[in-house]
Amino acid sequence: MTIDKEISPAGSRVGVAPSDAADADGPASAVPGPASPIEFRLDSGSGVPTYLQLVQQVEHALRLGYLKPGDQLPKVRDVVASLAINPNTVLKAYRELETKGLAAGRPGQGTFIQATLNHVALPELTELRRSLLGWLATADATGLDEDGMVALFTSALRGFRERRGAASGEKESVA
Amino acid sequence: MNVIEAIGLGKRYGSTWALRGCALAIPAGHVAALVGPNGAGKTTLLNLAVGLTAPTEGMVTVFDGWPAGSPAALDGIAFVAQDAPLYRNLSVADMLHLTRNLNRRFDQGYAEARLGQLGIPMGRRAGNLSGGQQAQLALTLALARRPRLLVLDEPMAMLDPLARHDFMAAVMAAVADGGVSVVLSSHVLAELERVADYLVLITSGSVQVAGEVDDLLACHRVLTGPAAEAGSYAQRLDVVNARRGGAQVHLLVRTNGRSGSAPPGWEEHPVSLEELALAYLREPGAAALPGPSRARAVEPAEVTNWQR
Repeated sequence: MTIDKEISPAGSRVGVAPSDAADADGPASAVPGPASPIEFRLDSGSGVPTYLQLVQQVEHALRLGYLKPGDQLPKVRDVVASLAINPNTVLKAYRELETKGLAAGRPGQGTFIQATLNHVALPELTELRRSLLGWLATADATGLDEDGMVALFTSALRGFRERRGAASGEKESVA
Repeated sequence: MNVIEAIGLGKRYGSTWALRGCALAIPAGHVAALVGPNGAGKTTLLNLAVGLTAPTEGMVTVFDGWPAGSPAALDGIAFVAQDAPLYRNLSVADMLHLTRNLNRRFDQGYAEARLGQLGIPMGRRAGNLSGGQQAQLALTLALARRPRLLVLDEPMAMLDPLARHDFMAAVMAAVADGGVSVVLSSHVLAELERVADYLVLITSGSVQVAGEVDDLLACHRVLTGPAAEAGSYAQRLDVVNARRGGAQVHLLVRTNGRSGSAPPGWEEHPVSLEELALAYLREPGAAALPGPSRARAVEPAEVTNWQR
């Protein structure tokens, strides 16, 4: 609990689940204060499922330092009321974050950030960048233009992700 | 528990069947979207479920067995018909008074607090409120009855984009507060994608697709590949709808949750709810009932051959 107080922004409301909120909020609950450092937005044209957009925005906020361990994620009811989405979508996103070990639910309070994302160390990043530049040079020599490289990379990435997803799916169904 | 259950349900107006042979079971705890073209029978189905009209044949029950229209059924259902029907000459306060006295249960405190938050003046005549405010008033009256099932018929048809968003946000917040299942009809697919977690697709008087949105999306894929190969694969795949160009073809297929069902050299993409619904609406002969469980049993064995 002490962690919350130390790092939650000044003037923020300490999170209370909607059902317990009556005495804490009083009549002012019509205009809830910012309980979380972040606010979700949705890109309906992206083709990314809504729950995944929420997950990605939390991960993005973690990478950029908007969110730190101990911070509270927006309450389900607040997300639902501001984005007009199904509550189950938000719950699914928060479950996914819990499965990834990034967040944890506290009964009656909400969901809180638990861990930060592992940053890849600088030497590895440099090495990865070097090998990618090598690939780009080869592609350029073959006559592929930039859009072609992006298309090829995206397609390969999608294939990689699906194969990995299928592999882990099979493991789950066996277990 | 099923909030709405129909068996062999039919309704005839004169010589025309608005609904026929309709079998349906919508489980509790969902936001169910009833989707279909104009005249498909959506409003008829909803009117039957809330007891506004009697079926010509078959039966419809709510909350596991209560006949639609019986006092126990009516007590648990709140229905907002198309275009938010209100008594235009009554003030907002009088609308609350009327609704409170016509129903066994009415949470006056909740209704007043909610209207206060929305800035809807109690003394204003209902007919003088904006379209968005009228919709919010109708929704408030419905929610103040503390229903177990909220039925909305084309709730957003007359609303501007901001009012639509606010209306749907209010419905979703009520769902988040717990205890209410929602069934809503619409022919605007895009606005349902974010809110619905259960889909019922209805075409020319009968149910064509029904199931949880996540399940439906998980067991359908779009396969894109050379048109020349489509014919030979189409027989082995469970193709719902094919869209052809001269060289390329997009097949929307039931894969029943397995990725990697694409033939070699073909691309496989996930589908959106809108794409899925459109594919079925274009092919009235195809059906996914009653949800994916039955489809799984008849999966063609050949599909597995393409998995490496």
